[in-house]
Amino acid sequence: MSFFNKVLFLIAFSLFVQNSHAALTIEISEGVSSALPVAIVPFSSTGAPVNISAVVNADLERSGYFKMMAEQAMPSKPNAASAVNFNEWQAASQNYLVIGQLADAGGGQYNIQFQLFDVYKSGQLLGYRMTSTAADLRKTAHHISDLIFEKLTGKKGVFSGRIAYITTTNPASKQQSHQLQVADADGFNPQTIATSVEPLMSPSWSPDGKKIAYVSFERKTAAIYVQTLASGERARVAEFPGINGAPAWSPDGTRLALTLSKDGSPDIFILNLSTHALTKLTRSFSIDTEPSWSPDGNSIVFTSDRGGKPQIYIVSSQGGEEKRLTFSGSYNARASFSPDGRNLVMVHGNGNDYRIAVMDMSNKSINVLTSGRSDESPSFAPNGSMILYASKKGGTAFLSAVSIDGKIQQRLLFNSGEVREPSWGP
Amino acid sequence: MKLNKTIIALAISALVLSACSDTDEKDTSLLDGNLNANSGINDASTSGLNKGYGMNGSAMSGNGDYASTLGPEFNDPNNPLSKRTIYFMLDSSEVMPDFINVISAHSQYLIANPAQHITLEGNGDERGSREYNIALGEQRAKSVASLMKARGVSESQLNIVSYGEEKPAVLGNNEAAWEKNRRVEVAYQPR
Repeated sequence: MSFFNKVLFLIAFSLFVQNSHAALTIEISEGVSSALPVAIVPFSSTGAPVNISAVVNADLERSGYFKMMAEQAMPSKPNAASAVNFNEWQAASQNYLVIGQLADAGGGQYNIQFQLFDVYKSGQLLGYRMTSTAADLRKTAHHISDLIFEKLTGKKGVFSGRIAYITTTNPASKQQSHQLQVADADGFNPQTIATSVEPLMSPSWSPDGKKIAYVSFERKTAAIYVQTLASGERARVAEFPGINGAPAWSPDGTRLALTLSKDGSPDIFILNLSTHALTKLTRSFSIDTEPSWSPDGNSIVFTSDRGGKPQIYIVSSQGGEEKRLTFSGSYNARASFSPDGRNLVMVHGNGNDYRIAVMDMSNKSINVLTSGRSDESPSFAPNGSMILYASKKGGTAFLSAVSIDGKIQQRLLFNSGEVREPSWGP
Repeated sequence: MKLNKTIIALAISALVLSACSDTDEKDTSLLDGNLNANSGINDASTSGLNKGYGMNGSAMSGNGDYASTLGPEFNDPNNPLSKRTIYFMLDSSEVMPDFINVISAHSQYLIANPAQHITLEGNGDERGSREYNIALGEQRAKSVASLMKARGVSESQLNIVSYGEEKPAVLGNNEAAWEKNRRVEVAYQPR
């Protein structure tokens, strides 16, 4: 008897229209007790499509470092420095004051200026004037937040950054669909860059933020793709028999560390993206997976169960002796370095709960930062201050962020379906 | 005659992610003279986003439960061929004794039907990290494959894929769901 196997290819073209709604609602669940009081006076504006001062206010509030003054409590609403009376802001117990203006410059352009003042010193800390298209106004607002944040905390702001994550719509149905999305750090401007009814996994940003590597099962087998965000063009860089997983970009952007099981057990390999040369880094008969580079590119940490349970190991990116790093907890996996290389964040399990923990590389002490039952996929912010991760509670999957000292916690609620595997872009 | 249809849809949508030119300008006149300046006007830049075109691909496929069309023995609850899911303990890829007869029955069928191919789909529960669960799912599928090969099934009839925790059989955050998700599915491929 003969059987037919019919394959239909449908090609559909559709234009993705950018919209400004948020995919994620971010709420701060815990902030630092020493939060600095800051007042942002609503900027004067001539009917601009984005309320810039409100975006800046929300950014700074979400960071957990600042206590933002409510508009109703403000003693006055100056838009020019000449109208600022520092005495009344001192009386209102504000440390810092931000004022600004936004004006329609015609031709779809807006002129924005803002100033940041130290209320007690009665002096300006920052003053900027910038021009933005209507479409870039949110971006400009995040940029202003970064400038203010860095001036007041000494740390680089991460409000202009982007995050990638995987979502599933209709998770309970056979018609489920998986999306790889990229959004602004505040959850706005979500864009789907890949869609598949088969799973998508493990998004990894290139160091320049222009590409994302990820795993797709769209051909009913695991393959690793590298997709350029600007053009949408993508290349299938690994589709060997067995596992093709856990891509991780080298800090210089030339290589991917990845997991392949083509030789038997899963091992760590390094793929040179220009020459396509493949180098085998680990050779155990156990599971070796989840490679991640040190910021200097000299070392790779990975998960291995060679000792019976998954633990974190480290090896030179040139190969050589593999050393175990974690000894506390029965389950340590998916480690990655902080941007300064001093800490390692990982999934830390004690048999029942899986939580996000940070290990100090100098003394190997482990600090558990979260309290969920099923926390996973930790990813450092580019400034090293926060860690984004995926969590589940009561059947709902959401993203969370926690500061490296555990003091600031945010919850990012996805508006529909399921969300997981967040990755903070450069 | 059986007709198995697989539909693969590729959707290509244009989207917009790129940089546009910086439009900032330096300004040295912003400061009002009556204020004490700690610092003057700085240069600022806003990098654009969301300009350009891209595409995304999506694939859909499905062949349903092909095995149920192979013969009545695959639908008879008293026949081990009707069981096509093998369950595992937490963090383990060891096949439990309860499932040996299921594996033996499928092995005998494959030996008698050498043109038949199967895919062993390894899966795990949601706990722990996702890529590690991919590795664990593959170990489970390989455990089943090695038992089948030991019974005489040709390696060429066996295909392995691990979905880790990405394709749960049951949604839920409790042991009742987890134990149903730690599994290998024996998927008969259309001949």
